[in-house]
Amino acid sequence: MTKIYIPLDMAAVAMGADRLAAAVAKEAAARGQQVEIVRNGSRGMLWLEPLIEVETPAGRVGYGPAKVKDVASLFDAGFLAGGAHPLNIGVVDEHPWMKKQNRVTFVRCGVIDPVSVADYEAHGGFVGLKKAFEVGSSAIVEEVTKSGLRGRGGAGFPTGIKWKTVADCAPGQKYVVVNADEGDSGTFADRMIMEGDPLSLIEGMIICGYAIGGSKGYVYLRSEYPICATVFQAAIDAARAAGWLGQNIKGSGFDFDVELRVGAGAYVCGEETSLLESLEGKRGIVRAKPPLPAHVGLFGKPTVVNNVLSMATIPMIMEKGAQHYADLGVGRSRGTMPLQIAGNVKYGGLFETDFGVPLGEIVNDIAGGTRTGRPVKAVQVGGPLGAYLPQSLFDLPFDYEAFAAKDSLIGHGGLVLFDDTVDMAWMARFGMEFCAIESCGKCTPCRIGSTRGVETIDKIRKGQDVEKNIELLKDLCHTMKFGSLCALGGFAPYPVESALRHFPEDFRKPALEAAE
Amino acid sequence: MAGAAPYNDERAREIIAAHLGLEGPALPILHALQAEFGCVPESAVKEMASALNISRAEMHGVVTFYHDFHSAPHGRHALKICRAESCQSMGAEKLANEFLARHKLEWGQTTPDGSLTVDPVYCLGLCAHSPSALYDGEPIGMVDAETLDELVQEAKGK
Repeated sequence: MTKIYIPLDMAAVAMGADRLAAAVAKEAAARGQQVEIVRNGSRGMLWLEPLIEVETPAGRVGYGPAKVKDVASLFDAGFLAGGAHPLNIGVVDEHPWMKKQNRVTFVRCGVIDPVSVADYEAHGGFVGLKKAFEVGSSAIVEEVTKSGLRGRGGAGFPTGIKWKTVADCAPGQKYVVVNADEGDSGTFADRMIMEGDPLSLIEGMIICGYAIGGSKGYVYLRSEYPICATVFQAAIDAARAAGWLGQNIKGSGFDFDVELRVGAGAYVCGEETSLLESLEGKRGIVRAKPPLPAHVGLFGKPTVVNNVLSMATIPMIMEKGAQHYADLGVGRSRGTMPLQIAGNVKYGGLFETDFGVPLGEIVNDIAGGTRTGRPVKAVQVGGPLGAYLPQSLFDLPFDYEAFAAKDSLIGHGGLVLFDDTVDMAWMARFGMEFCAIESCGKCTPCRIGSTRGVETIDKIRKGQDVEKNIELLKDLCHTMKFGSLCALGGFAPYPVESALRHFPEDFRKPALEAAE
Repeated sequence: MAGAAPYNDERAREIIAAHLGLEGPALPILHALQAEFGCVPESAVKEMASALNISRAEMHGVVTFYHDFHSAPHGRHALKICRAESCQSMGAEKLANEFLARHKLEWGQTTPDGSLTVDPVYCLGLCAHSPSALYDGEPIGMVDAETLDELVQEAKGK
């Protein structure tokens, strides 16, 4: 029996992985070959999807990107024994793209069967939780604090401090909420971990619940990820069946359960207070802070709200110790960041590395430049609320503070490449348009400002009082940045301001034409 | 959506009742109603308001806040084309605009035969395979004009 891995990851399925798996099974049966097909997560080399992996004595040999039409020739080439074929990329772990990474959060993603508790445990799963049960609540919080882990959702708030705040609240109902409303364009790390290693997220949530004294966890997942919802629900069911969720988990005396909730297409629900409102069954309207969710969160109870990646990293920190994680990275950005490389890109995918890698190295060396082969004009880092950065800033190291110093943010770690055909004035307009569509409407700067932003950029693009309107737009951005309640209105100016600053010529095109 | 049942109050009440044990049951109920009936009509909103003991105005506010829920049935099939930044970097805006023009549609509209509704979506998390789309929940990476036109034909046939 040969073990074959074909990803169930949504990106792999979008490139034909389901049809491929069916074709491989059919061809194997027709040839009388004994195979076991495991639907794994993606390894993150997304340009090679669907990537078939075959278990051989030398290691797992990869073939990709494989199409249904390649199946017969793969069998002819003896791929079940790792045979030579134009799609053969060699042993996957030895691939240069994999070798250059430091996989911490994603160490099991793409390697294991995502919904098999046995496979998870065979790869170090639940070791961190067992240790957490031994050391107890305050030691867990201390360990998470010492690791230097910061919220991977974008804000970068120290996770340990958040946990301590909730743990210090008087005993009673407390909640663990995971923000899986990954709406930023160019990001897919939450989706990948929930499809490829969902039990790590569940384990992180149990550890968190144990640390803060909460017995209930919710995962709020966006509805645009249907495959993710299916896989994660299967993982919850598997964990419960194996006794890792429910009452008296593995004899610890601790009760904890996880429930998956699916959002309904509102980007703003990725903002933590809006998410809590939505979980409560209300309109996803942002709450004013304070009070912080740590004090008054879900249903008014103390609540930890963490991003998927932060929570999925917790088991490793408990397993290997805080110092192991804190030793990675630079400055106040400790550990690793799963970079998501996307857009007009040659080698797109998930690349986990220590903080501090220069932006240009990511764009040119790791990503290999653009798919169209044209020069890179801009990179948007951190989703629709992130700044557009030009080539002149490519020496910027990837860390929270270095980016903040240049009026930009690393956000959730997504990078979208654009080639030289992009019109930055149009992208600035789109940024404002998106904010107008998704604004929850509670505060005026965001609700009205975004629409006025679209109108003003339209005037600029038409060449109407260009300099005067650019000044007006800058003033509007300032108002939105400092007057909005949450990061949607507050950060929507980042792409606009950065486009104005780094690509001024794109806003003056009609004026230039008129002058000629 | 394909296979949606015609709306009836009794079935709606059953669906609502099945979720009342949950904390904050509104979204799970709305998803279940829409899965059953293909939409959340005004009468279902009324039933929900009564079951959750909130005003109809408040319930109406919740339903209309979320892009996913709609009060009248959509086409039998659903096509969502991503127009977020990553997909735009690979020409999604032009692709979508030309597609809509070719089929004489605007965003959110349904083809005259009721077979397909086309909506924009802001990121499907398939950003290394831009541009992308979702057809009845099935993801499509590196989508092109030809594939989109095929989907229109496929929707017609069913």
